[in-house]
Amino acid sequence: MNQSIVEDIVSHFGEKVFEFEEPFGLLTFTTHAENLIEIVSYLKDHPTFKFTFLTDVTGIHLPDNTGKEFCSVCHLHSWENRVRLRIKVFVPTSAPIVPSLTPLFECANWLEREAFDFFGILYSGHPNLKRILNMDEMDYFPMRKEYPMEDATRNDKIDAMFGR
Amino acid sequence: MEETTKLAPNNTADALALNVPIVSDTDQSILNLGPTHPATHGIFQNILTMEGEKIMDSEQTVGYIHRAFEKIAERRPFYQITTLTDRMNYCSSPINNFGWHMTVEKLLQITVPKRAEYIRVIMMELARIADHLVCNSILGVDTGAYSAFLYVFQEREKIYEIYEEMCGARLTTNMGRIGGMERDLSPTAFKKIKDLIYNTLPKVMKEFETLFDRNRIFRDRTVNVGPITGKRAMEYGFTGPNLRAAGIDYDMRVIEPYSSYEDFDFEVPVGHNGDTFDRYMVRNAEIWESMKIIRQAMENLPEGPYYANEDHYYLPPKKDVYNNMEALIYHFKIVMGEIDAPVGEVYHAVEGGNGELGFYLISDGGRAPFRLHFRRPSFIYYQAFGEMIKGLTISDAVPILSSLNVIAGELDA
Repeated sequence: MNQSIVEDIVSHFGEKVFEFEEPFGLLTFTTHAENLIEIVSYLKDHPTFKFTFLTDVTGIHLPDNTGKEFCSVCHLHSWENRVRLRIKVFVPTSAPIVPSLTPLFECANWLEREAFDFFGILYSGHPNLKRILNMDEMDYFPMRKEYPMEDATRNDKIDAMFGR
Repeated sequence: MEETTKLAPNNTADALALNVPIVSDTDQSILNLGPTHPATHGIFQNILTMEGEKIMDSEQTVGYIHRAFEKIAERRPFYQITTLTDRMNYCSSPINNFGWHMTVEKLLQITVPKRAEYIRVIMMELARIADHLVCNSILGVDTGAYSAFLYVFQEREKIYEIYEEMCGARLTTNMGRIGGMERDLSPTAFKKIKDLIYNTLPKVMKEFETLFDRNRIFRDRTVNVGPITGKRAMEYGFTGPNLRAAGIDYDMRVIEPYSSYEDFDFEVPVGHNGDTFDRYMVRNAEIWESMKIIRQAMENLPEGPYYANEDHYYLPPKKDVYNNMEALIYHFKIVMGEIDAPVGEVYHAVEGGNGELGFYLISDGGRAPFRLHFRRPSFIYYQAFGEMIKGLTISDAVPILSSLNVIAGELDA
């Protein structure tokens, strides 16, 4: 199944989809932010693949990935074929703008608000993009890697203590 | 960075002032249902715009018990994250624990022995029974029937005693380990499960159903209250009993069998029009199916070890730690989080009490996850609540909320 999905979308979208992987059997590929909507709606309306269910949308911060620091990941699920799909979109810190999936899937609403809340990824076209789990007065995005979990002045837990 | 901060909304007061009209020329008024209201069964707020008795509009505010599990997990060794997962859906903690263990086992490519998988199935189904018992009996309380609630809680107590036998804890269980179970099913636990499944629970369930199924008051309060179509439920990301009540037979145990679920013969109950009564009926039917699964697992429980032979990841037995150098080294390395996990990206989902509970784990080869995301079912389907209560009264909104079984811990992670 994964193979036929790859062949179909490569023949249909060509250069717009790339970096195909299959970690633990789950087909993963990357696309550009501007092509996300057309690819997802193509897969949703596809007569055989039928990726009609959006399982999850979340963000990833990769501070060392210069120029593509933020990643918005969505998991699609085709119930009929029992196949999952993961689509990634990488965007830079200077303009972390990803198109919102809310026109296609209602449930993307809160999931994207959560990704915005924690990573500051801006979903363009989102009807109500504001913080959801953190308080509205917060002026930073806590899941970014520049905010370490523990007090930086503590030195009883540094790696050297454990021979690393 | 500066540009992004500027685009973020400033504060709640502004947002609320813009969205919700406080004074209007109609007879609208604002009512707060929550954050701490006995009918919400958890801490979350609904700001309702009322016109007389009718709910015209509502806004949901969540996050009151947000504990930043995803952030905390980025500093913790894998085995320490188990204790975070059971604080999500605390009505069925073992499902959360095993879901996490299975995710890590998938990353580490560990095959768990059959016996451990069967014990997991037994514990997960007991957890599902406990979860559904709580949900349905609380629905009874919200519609004015208190005695059935107290009655089934005796059975839940027995399930908690079995948890105690298996892991020592009752609510936040931390049950099992990466690579199998922490301990085997003891004779006491076996006896307790047998007594529950063959004797007491079927009787109590029959009585519980007699109290509610054809009860005039209960049916008046629930039939055709808060219906949702299958298509709409799918768009809103419903999973679990709430989706099945809307007529779609989507169950993770069947669609992607994990932990030997393919060995068991059970049915996936579905409802008809997705109203509060259907959700109640689906949960009740699932309790009977869970009992069926537990019976099969008990009767066919395979012999053999209850944990995988993976010295690097599974904590060695205590007596070996004291007498065997190698076991001591592994014990130290595991407890101190010295074991590095391989690089990988895993999504694993289990059928939690409320639906598809997913774990999206990215490992960069360190001792802690690079990124861990929990797909919490109730966080996703709670979005639909505003639409479901539109045009209804508060007395309808309360049973709808409790039949959705929104668990605050899972909602806020």
